Amino acid sequence: MMLPVLILVPLIFGVGAYVAARVSVAAARWIALLSLAGNLGLSIYIWIAYFGPISLAGVTGPWVLEWDAPWIAPLGVHFHVGMDGLSLLLVVLTNLLGVLSVAASWTEIEERPGFFHLNLLWVVAGIVGVFLSLDLFLFYVFWELMLVPMYFLIAIWGHENRVYAAVKFFIFTQFSGLFMLLAIVGLYVLYGSQTGGTFEYANYIGAPIPRGIAMVLMLGFFVAFAVKLPVVPLHSWLPDAHTEAPTAGSVILAGLLLKTGAYGLIRFVVPLFPWAVADFRPAAMTLALIGILYGALAAYGQTDLKRLIAYTSISHMGLVLLGIFAWNSLALQGAVMLVLCHGLATGGLFIFAGALQERTKTRDIRVMGGLWSTVPRMSGATMVLALASLDLPGLGNFIGGFLVLLGTFRAYPVYAAGASLGLIVSTIYSLRIIQAVFHGEKTVDWKIADLHPREVAIMAVIIGALIWLGLYPQPALDTVQPSLNVMQQTPARGPAQTPVDATPGAP
Amino acid sequence: MTGVELILLLPLIVLSGAAVAVMLAIAVRRNYLAAFLLTLLGFVLTIMAVALSPGGPQRNVTALFVFDDFARFFIGLITGAGLFVAVLAFDYFRQQRGQFEEFFIMLLGATFGCAVLVASRHFASLFLGLEILSVSLYAMIAYSRDREISTEAGLKYLILAGVSAAFLVFGMALVYAQTGALEFSRMPYITASPDEPLDIIVLAGFGMIIVGIGFKLALVPFHLWTPDVYQGAPAPVTAFIATASKGAVFALLLRLFAQTDVAFYPPLYVTFVILAIASMLFGSWLALLQNNMKRILAYSSIAHLGFLLVAFMGRGHIQSTAAAFYLTAYFVTTLGAFGIVSLLSPGERDAEWIEDYRGLFWRRPFVAVVFSVMIFSLAGIPLTGGFVGKVLVILAGEQAAQWALVVVLVTASAISLFYYVRVVGIMYMPAEAGGADRPALPGLSLQGGGALACLTGLLVLLGVYPGPFLDLVRDMVTTVYAGVLPR
Repeated sequence: MMLPVLILVPLIFGVGAYVAARVSVAAARWIALLSLAGNLGLSIYIWIAYFGPISLAGVTGPWVLEWDAPWIAPLGVHFHVGMDGLSLLLVVLTNLLGVLSVAASWTEIEERPGFFHLNLLWVVAGIVGVFLSLDLFLFYVFWELMLVPMYFLIAIWGHENRVYAAVKFFIFTQFSGLFMLLAIVGLYVLYGSQTGGTFEYANYIGAPIPRGIAMVLMLGFFVAFAVKLPVVPLHSWLPDAHTEAPTAGSVILAGLLLKTGAYGLIRFVVPLFPWAVADFRPAAMTLALIGILYGALAAYGQTDLKRLIAYTSISHMGLVLLGIFAWNSLALQGAVMLVLCHGLATGGLFIFAGALQERTKTRDIRVMGGLWSTVPRMSGATMVLALASLDLPGLGNFIGGFLVLLGTFRAYPVYAAGASLGLIVSTIYSLRIIQAVFHGEKTVDWKIADLHPREVAIMAVIIGALIWLGLYPQPALDTVQPSLNVMQQTPARGPAQTPVDATPGAP
Repeated sequence: MTGVELILLLPLIVLSGAAVAVMLAIAVRRNYLAAFLLTLLGFVLTIMAVALSPGGPQRNVTALFVFDDFARFFIGLITGAGLFVAVLAFDYFRQQRGQFEEFFIMLLGATFGCAVLVASRHFASLFLGLEILSVSLYAMIAYSRDREISTEAGLKYLILAGVSAAFLVFGMALVYAQTGALEFSRMPYITASPDEPLDIIVLAGFGMIIVGIGFKLALVPFHLWTPDVYQGAPAPVTAFIATASKGAVFALLLRLFAQTDVAFYPPLYVTFVILAIASMLFGSWLALLQNNMKRILAYSSIAHLGFLLVAFMGRGHIQSTAAAFYLTAYFVTTLGAFGIVSLLSPGERDAEWIEDYRGLFWRRPFVAVVFSVMIFSLAGIPLTGGFVGKVLVILAGEQAAQWALVVVLVTASAISLFYYVRVVGIMYMPAEAGGADRPALPGLSLQGGGALACLTGLLVLLGVYPGPFLDLVRDMVTTVYAGVLPR
């Protein structure tokens, strides 16, 4: 019963915040903050109470927590949610970044705060739903559901070119989502009858799908996740959306929405279509490599601070894609760590960019410079985040990047060697942020306030979490390991996994 | 005629009786409110008659009608649409100067025509129903006489509907000449085996019938009247044309081709595939270029009929279920969308330009949210009926192995996102000062707001908890296949 609560709390309190804003804006902000904090508390409680070694020993099957209710009976659709270590960590991250983005937009959003918080909380609800769904139909519903409030967040509270960015975001993600819908329904039509006519995720694992069909269906899923992640030729929505979104929107986009793509690849694409993925591996890893290098080089060329950070996300997500398609223990652990730490570090960088823009009314790094003496607290915090972004040991991103490269190197040394070039470029662009904004000549004599206590608290939480994940990542790795093990076993499970071109149903 | 048959006929009797009653009431004393209330009463009584009449398969009444669950379902649906249109029209015409009592006679007449269509099992009743519908629509479309565009639309519809009816009658005559059958059930298998080619005369006959039906459904390339008529007709009438009129003809198509298998002979089948693909692509694409809300919705409805044809192309229970569900969601959505256009229209013109909706959310949050839900449903976003409908249609198409059609459907949906997002986006933009010279949009009446709330509730219910309704539709659809012998 706790899992539906995690989804319902933001939904209900989102409406609450909307109503409350008619009376008092502060009340709306507090409702949003406290409800997400409550959700965060609940997810941490679940972590401690259900994912300790003692409680885990009593768990049979992959799902530590599960909740199932029939939803659309004639189609066999269930409201089936479940949680394992992977979804737990991502839910914790979601709620944490949710709290931080409410806090970060405390003074930024003056206009229509009620509707803003409604959308913000509903995005969070949709993302939590995505991470918990075990029914393919339900997954698709949540997948689409998080787009609409995100569209509003960008289109209403964004910056100069917001409508263009919002429409582009919406159409890219919707269009690719439709291909996933085709693939989901295709799975159901072709193999649903053999598995009891449901959309149940577990029933399709090990389905005897012939090679050609598996490739087509796999590509349907892959396109949807690749747009979200993003994989390079499909990335063009991302710089626009990230740049034009308000701070909270950028944090949610970079920290969470991109992660739904990575999650989808880990949870659905590889376990459902192991052989098609094997065939597709060289192409995917090449795309990953292109993404790593292209994102890093493009980031270096930007003058818009938020756009720069957006391109670094493309680079980092390329590394995640590489880790996922390498599909061994180390690389997967690394991909998950990278997902978590990138969410925190890039979320933090966007909060910094938002705070700076709120003060200077510009994002152009050419007019910045020499800000260190003016805003020492902001500078220090940003430097830690930038160092995390270049994979400095001691911060979480290093663990992630290192494990991905190590795991990939064992199986695919050429790709790993190429990807490690990305580390060098990432150093250049990360240091460029610091150099251009905080050091050097003062081009404009900014008189701006340093971080407020509220913002200091936000940065402290993010940096604290990054240091914890960097120095002592074991609790997180231990939590996620069992679920990764389950998913890695799946290709070997079931007799029907031989890659033969047999028609389904043939003896 | 037995007593049972009379009871089965009751929905038609009540509807036609209501039309006569309104006419007599106007003759006695001209009162807009009284005419409206009588109309409402007529619709409500019809729905009750439908609900109370005995259901089941093969309830034939004379050679002309059949009142199985399929017919009852669609009569109920169409009467419901008529009811909402009456509410919309009441508010719409109240703002204008002139005498509008007779409009309700036309509305009841058109609804009666639709009801005859969905209950017909014979070419004669098909043609009668279609003509009753068309004749009422001529007058309804041109009802705002002092608007040039309305008269023009009426004339356009008159001429083109006349031509299409001619095609239809000639087609029926050809089929009759060759098979000697006017009842659908007497022509299930026109050739001895499925491999045998269809007789050329029968083929020509059915081809002409498809032209006539294609015109009513506004399938590409028979769609040229649609944008002009949608734009010119008073908004409530547009809502009626888009829903009841098209829905009735589509239900007829479902019945005709559930009981005969001619649609699945290669030449006709290919024709339907081409019609579906053309409607989906052109409907979505042409809407991109419009700035008029009624024209956007016109093209969007062309695309939606194309989607419906995808479900129709597989002849089976899943396909018919998908089609019926999709049609219901489309009814609710379209009534809601045109309902908003209608309710927001000030007396002197319709609120049809996209600029009229700029910043609507900040001025009229309720209306804007309702409109957003309707648009999201048209676009097939989850938690609306349109989404479940779209999933069902894709499922039906994939089940019938119509991969090409399904891919076109997805492409067309993606194209249509551009203008749906544009319409939604404009409602949430800040209202600009430049819009001040436009006349203010009128406020909602109690019944108008109630109707919108009701439609939104229905739509969300269809999207969130469609199970029971889906069961109902599935059971209903089986009756239309009853009595069809397997080959």
